[in-house]
Amino acid sequence: MKPLASVKKRKKSTTALVLSIIPGLGQLYNRQAVKGLLLFTLVIAFFIVFQDLLRYGFWGLFTLGTDVQYDHSIFLLAEGILTVMITLLLIGIYAWNLYDAYKVGVKRDNQKKVNGLREQYHNLIDIGFPYLMMSPGFLLMLFVVMFPILFVILLAFTNYDLYHSPPANLVEWVGVQNFIDIFNIPIWRDTLFSVLAWTVVWTLAATTFQTALGIILAVIMNQQEIRFKKIIRTIFILPWAVPAFVSILVFAGMFNESFGAINRDILGFFGIAGVPWMTDAMFTRVALIFIQTWLGFPFIFAMTTGVLQSIPNELYEAAEVDGASIFQKFKSITLPLILFATAPILITQYTFNFNNFNVIFLFNGGGPAMTGQSAGGTDILISWIYSLTMNSAQYGKAAAITMILSFIVISIALWQFRRTKSFQEEDMM
Amino acid sequence: MNQKKQKAIRLLLSYIVILLMIIIILYPIFWIVGSSFNPGNSLSGSSIIPENATIKHYQELFNPKESDYLLWYWNTLKICIITMVLSVLLVSLTAYSFSRYRFIGRKNGLMTFLILQMIPNFAALIAIFVLASLTKLLDTHLGLILLYSGGAIPMNTYLMKGYLDTIPRDLDESARMDGAGHLRIFFQIIMPLSKPIIAVVALFTFIVPFADFILARILLRSEEKFTLAVGLYQMVAKQFGNEFTLFAAGAVLIAVPISILFLLLQRYFVTGLTAGGIKG
Repeated sequence: MKPLASVKKRKKSTTALVLSIIPGLGQLYNRQAVKGLLLFTLVIAFFIVFQDLLRYGFWGLFTLGTDVQYDHSIFLLAEGILTVMITLLLIGIYAWNLYDAYKVGVKRDNQKKVNGLREQYHNLIDIGFPYLMMSPGFLLMLFVVMFPILFVILLAFTNYDLYHSPPANLVEWVGVQNFIDIFNIPIWRDTLFSVLAWTVVWTLAATTFQTALGIILAVIMNQQEIRFKKIIRTIFILPWAVPAFVSILVFAGMFNESFGAINRDILGFFGIAGVPWMTDAMFTRVALIFIQTWLGFPFIFAMTTGVLQSIPNELYEAAEVDGASIFQKFKSITLPLILFATAPILITQYTFNFNNFNVIFLFNGGGPAMTGQSAGGTDILISWIYSLTMNSAQYGKAAAITMILSFIVISIALWQFRRTKSFQEEDMM
Repeated sequence: MNQKKQKAIRLLLSYIVILLMIIIILYPIFWIVGSSFNPGNSLSGSSIIPENATIKHYQELFNPKESDYLLWYWNTLKICIITMVLSVLLVSLTAYSFSRYRFIGRKNGLMTFLILQMIPNFAALIAIFVLASLTKLLDTHLGLILLYSGGAIPMNTYLMKGYLDTIPRDLDESARMDGAGHLRIFFQIIMPLSKPIIAVVALFTFIVPFADFILARILLRSEEKFTLAVGLYQMVAKQFGNEFTLFAAGAVLIAVPISILFLLLQRYFVTGLTAGGIKG
């Protein structure tokens, strides 16, 4: 008799699961009429509201349009992505519907009481509350963060550029052609590598200088004997307080070759002939690194000052007893403590400068123009992507380069974060 | 004697470095302030301390007939404030969920946030442009506000979650015992305790739209909708040499209030960033 009972036992859950192929029916069978009805309405409503998208979305995504007169490839691509997102949501609801019908069915098989409407409601509120709270933020992020990322990833595999651009032309899928072109066609390859090289030099130089300067100044200001600490510290913070775009534009004026203060007043005062700050790539680079150091050191300075003030004095006193010199104290006590406390921030400084569009673009638009490459002499990856998109309409290639850039940033940052302590703490993640 | 001498040299060197830095920091500031009071339009023949100083450039900026400057100022403040309010709301709700609830997708969600905050959302500027034109949000402030608020969620959620994790859970639990609902615990227990981090998030989300140039530049088309960053750049890009003194006055008017505000709130920035950075 026993095997038969267990077969019978499983029966209700299986029936509910099978019935749930039509959403809501399984719940109805489980005598949860309201829940079933709601589910059914939800799914039907979904189909009615999005019927056009669901019908044409995938077609558009796969073909990117067939008739120049009616089809706008880029809009089709965007709608295709929306369709995929909506479909995923629908699949999620559907899967939950099957899971729920089965679970309640199991409960009934085991002769347990099925939740009434009131309990269901409370359950929904309790389990669903975090989702409910996150949904507004999540929805917004879906559109302004996730959608753009998906779009760029897909765009990297199309030939969208000036000559294949709606409404006059259709865009087509070209597979990895963009990546092949970037690495195979000499002008693209050369440009990519020279831009990449400068991006790396820029990131390392600018970040290192601003960090070093910030730390050195904080240590100097931390000496007991220095007077007027408060006012000097306030002055040191000033470059951070002034909005960066204002300072950068002001520097662009100061470095201007014909009327700028650097050439006319300062170098002129020492009798040095004007330096081509804006037209010689080497000088522009030097100027940019100087400007970023000026802009960036106060933050490190402020942070380091905080760390220094929390270092107990006994450490230094003990070192003095052992006869340590000032330099030794700095090297073995101060610096390690600073670096330990600020390491995560320093990493974000590197990623920040890697993508520091503002200073590059506002100072000289990535220029001066260079022969033999399609980027300016001081273009970093992000500003090159900008000019490819906004000036030369190389959308597909720009998207491919964006993917390369994101890949670099994410892998470096993940590798670094993994090494810091906070990443490994169980509850943090 | 020797030690005293050493100390004197050390201090002398320190003061030289400090003096040098003060000059490097203040020179551009004095230069731009001086330029803004120069009578001519261009800089030829100008000096840091102008002989016949004039405030006519400031008057021109404040005259709505001659420039859109006041309009840009208003646009920027409007966008910043709405973005700030919206982001703080969205971020606190999301951070609270991540800090207090264990739900399916939590771990992956946090991981996604960590990765997303590393890619600036303007990297996908083509997508943003297409999205804005699809939704007819091109050249609107609403589009910008939504972009800034959405973009602020990953990083600030991470920051705020780190702080909320330090608030003892016993507090929520005892409130729950007393019969408080989810929302009530959130608004009456957690929010009042997280004022410091809310202040930090508010500051960050206020400053981002203020300092942003690229998104505003992509989205905004008509001059009367510009923000300060785009407007000022336009002023410079159009004819750098010829309107430089006017630009200088505009720059001063932005820098002064923001710098004062910043210096007053500066310690929140540092605590916020280090708290977020060190804790998570």
